[in-house]
Amino acid sequence: MTEKLIFVIPEVILLAGVVAVAILGLVRSASLRSKVPWVAMLFITAAGVSIPFVFTDARIAESTLLLPGLGRPMGLVSCVVALCLVLMTVGRIDRRYERAIAAGRMPFDPLRSNRGEYYVFFLLSLAGLMLTCTASDLIWLFLALELTSLPTYVMVAMSRGSKRAQEAAMKYFYLGAMSAAMFLYGFALLYGATGTLELSAMRDVLAAQAADGGIGILAVVGMMLALLGIGFKLAAAPMHLYAGDVYEGAAVHVTAVLGFVPKAAGAVAFMLLLSTIGWFDGTPLPLPILIMLWVMAVLTMTLGNIGALLQRSVKRMFAYSSIAHSGYILVGIIAGPGLGFNAVVLYLFVYGLASTGAFAVLASLQRADREIEAVEDLAGLRQKHPGISAAMAITSGSLLGFPPLLGFWGKLALFVAGVASGHVVLVIIAGVNSAISAWYYLRLVGLPLMSEPTERSETIDRFDAPWARIAAIGLAASMVVLPIFLAGIQDETAVERPAVENNAVSMQDSSVQDEAAGS
Amino acid sequence: MSWLLILLPLAGVVAVVLSPARMAKIVAMLTTLVVFGVSIAAAVGFDGWGKGTWGLTGSFDWLSRYGIEIQVGADSVSLVLVLLTTFLMPLAVLGSFTSVRERLREYYGWLLGLEAAMLGVFLAKDLVLFYVCFEFTLVPMFFIIAIYGGANRAKASVKFMIYTFTGSLITLAAFLWLAWSASQAADGAWTFSIAALTEHAVSGLDATQQGWLLLALLIGFGVKVPIFPVHTWLPLAHTEAPTAGSVILAGVLLKLGTYGLYRFMLPMCPEAVVTWAPLIAVLAIIGILYGALICWVQTDVKKLVAYSSVSHLGFCILGLFALNPMGLEGSILYMVNHGLSTGALFFLIGMMYERYHTRDMNAVGGLAGRMPIWACFMVFFVLASVGLPGLNGFVSEFLCLIAAFAAGDMGAYPGVLGPWYAAIAALGMIFAAMYLLIMVGRIVFGPEKLPPGTPDEELLPQDLSVREITVLVPLAVFCIVLGVQPWIVIDGTSAAVADTLAVYEPILGQAKSAVQGALVGGAP
Repeated sequence: MTEKLIFVIPEVILLAGVVAVAILGLVRSASLRSKVPWVAMLFITAAGVSIPFVFTDARIAESTLLLPGLGRPMGLVSCVVALCLVLMTVGRIDRRYERAIAAGRMPFDPLRSNRGEYYVFFLLSLAGLMLTCTASDLIWLFLALELTSLPTYVMVAMSRGSKRAQEAAMKYFYLGAMSAAMFLYGFALLYGATGTLELSAMRDVLAAQAADGGIGILAVVGMMLALLGIGFKLAAAPMHLYAGDVYEGAAVHVTAVLGFVPKAAGAVAFMLLLSTIGWFDGTPLPLPILIMLWVMAVLTMTLGNIGALLQRSVKRMFAYSSIAHSGYILVGIIAGPGLGFNAVVLYLFVYGLASTGAFAVLASLQRADREIEAVEDLAGLRQKHPGISAAMAITSGSLLGFPPLLGFWGKLALFVAGVASGHVVLVIIAGVNSAISAWYYLRLVGLPLMSEPTERSETIDRFDAPWARIAAIGLAASMVVLPIFLAGIQDETAVERPAVENNAVSMQDSSVQDEAAGS
Repeated sequence: MSWLLILLPLAGVVAVVLSPARMAKIVAMLTTLVVFGVSIAAAVGFDGWGKGTWGLTGSFDWLSRYGIEIQVGADSVSLVLVLLTTFLMPLAVLGSFTSVRERLREYYGWLLGLEAAMLGVFLAKDLVLFYVCFEFTLVPMFFIIAIYGGANRAKASVKFMIYTFTGSLITLAAFLWLAWSASQAADGAWTFSIAALTEHAVSGLDATQQGWLLLALLIGFGVKVPIFPVHTWLPLAHTEAPTAGSVILAGVLLKLGTYGLYRFMLPMCPEAVVTWAPLIAVLAIIGILYGALICWVQTDVKKLVAYSSVSHLGFCILGLFALNPMGLEGSILYMVNHGLSTGALFFLIGMMYERYHTRDMNAVGGLAGRMPIWACFMVFFVLASVGLPGLNGFVSEFLCLIAAFAAGDMGAYPGVLGPWYAAIAALGMIFAAMYLLIMVGRIVFGPEKLPPGTPDEELLPQDLSVREITVLVPLAVFCIVLGVQPWIVIDGTSAAVADTLAVYEPILGQAKSAVQGALVGGAP
């Protein structure tokens, strides 16, 4: 019990941040109110700093959690990306209202102010993501996943005044509720099949079943339902259909959150759940589940990339491309513990930074106080805003996975893991998908840097607050610089700590050899 | 030394970006000259000439969890290509002084970035660095074509990018599979070292697996070379690229493909190469003849030279897959020679284009009277390209053909090609003489034709300026030197070539003995 309590210290810090931000957002003084995002960042930093002290090697080694090594790398990755996500929102939330107050046209009305609330919901969602990593049983997992998602529904709805945001929030909420029902049903079946809610105990029961003639159909069906439902968080096919509308409807800083936080939580939940049913003692995943994951991965990559090819709205394009990235993540998940899970966490880091960078680029532009919409709006951006257009090109190149940018190394790790687990065909499909994605990412590189500006794109302006711009350019620079420090990054994002790592690798290899022997 | 060669151009990129725009070309020029100097020093200090050994090595820990360590180094073959690259770069920079007039810092920055990537390809001793640099060469070239290219540049740059990116992704998948297969054989220890993986590929893979590996490598490198039928990006990219871009494309980037075939396909999948070499040679011959025939009907001079690259690189491939020392040495020499003479032709056409703003042979002609110096160089390099004995093209073309000829069942060197391959490919030489001489006849000699509004002599004199002559003279000197003394390249690389071919001796010996039993003759 104390172990559980110690492992939630970072989340407790985030919850303290929630309280602080909620109060500060309602303060009458405008200058204090404007500090809200910085306070949120302070608490995120504090949570991030606490992680290495909370997840010490000794505690991880003694832990009874199913994947005790997951909390530390995922926590660090989440905090780093979350800092960037908050940085790009500085000066955005409530900006028209705040401007009106500053001009004396409106009085300050706590009921109308959203500033504190936005960061409250963001921190709650982040806490949900981090709780998912340390989930020890199904109830915790369910609650953590919902804690991740519920605030994002509200964030979409309140992100901008237009009806589209509300329409997007409704779609997102109803489909999200349906998916929650689905995976809750799956959880129930899993409980029925194993008689326990504890993930570690569930693994033992399933291992016993597997040794005793095979895992029961109930558990397999339950697992498939649960994975399908959680696929919604990942925006994995066939649960990806909401992404286009919701990403487009939400304000761009919220879209950036949707592109990382729920996705990371979904990936973590996938890793946890699958570890209960496969990979123990070198057992492969049950065939129906493996087939389902394969189909999901292939569909997700392909539909995402083809969808992105067809888009004219730049946010929709990123929505579909983020679906495709979920497909790549699924390749790492299929590859399993050891290299596969390490690669998934590394990829979440790489993808989180690149996708946040791309959305920060969009956030740093505006036309007459509105977000830009069409891809063509970026044409000839370079002439007026060289820094922003370079950031767009570099983050797009990184998302495409072009060497030597950071994204390439993430993809390389995923592909190595995929090949190492024997799924060469899947990796080839992922490679072909990367080639398809070159078409639309190259447009994002080419339009700002090489096209002549059009009449429409001439009216594009910089966003007033500089922070989104700073975030965009900083993240683009990190795509170039961070590869130098890859040796350190791969150690920090490794799911198993070094001492345990060797076991995982050898287990991985034995499972591969078993497969090879079987085929 | 290898690190210095890769990092110096990168430092040059930073310097160019930070310097004022009018200084950019000077900084770029100095950087490329220093890199050239360093490569000369490296070549002089290199003790692997005439031996198969590696030198200039270094390594750097990277993603060790995934077995990725960055290793650099060079053997004699890669060093020859390094020298070709560092030699062409200052000329490319010098040749762009008047043709590129806007966004200078970006332009020279991309050129230097391209140099770093190309040197990285030739100096890589591990697959990851190789792949990263191989792939990264696309980016600067993409921008150079897309920003500074001709009217159709958008289409050309995207087509170039998509073709080569798709091809190399398939190669990447093959590399990963190979590394995995090696790790299985080595109890889970991952490595991407080229030497270790080559060893594994030869000893650990059966003929079918080697066949798949060959296919994947052929797709990736074949697009780059380019081999028929995946050559269609090349004429467009070469034609639309600015002069220096075409020179680098033809001079070095195409060699990345042939170098890849030499470095990976030949040593890694010998069994499959022996099986499939006739097919690849047929593709090469189709490329030779098809490229030549297209050249014949071209009216766009630049496109003509671009298609002539398709044709010429066919000889290079034919030499490689003759699988004997003559063929490989001829092929390596061809890589250098093609870089020199075709690079020079692109320079000359660029110089003409700068003055007359057209590449259409129907619109411009008879320039010998107006530009005698230009005309001299044009005739000289055309003859070098055609293969006039005494100039560089002849030696390598002849070696490749004779190697293919001798590589038959009855030939001096046992192999899987034969006289028919050489005979048909030799038609390409005749075609080359025809189309290149027709071109010279129309634009250099014949009645004088000038497009309206030209020549543009605002920045340029009527005939070549001193700067332009300075670009061409070194190329011409080396064309003569390599025409008269090809041994400096052939002897330097012979031992490395022999090492590469060592793995073929048992296979080809068997094949031969199976076919003709006791008739074995000649020294392999």
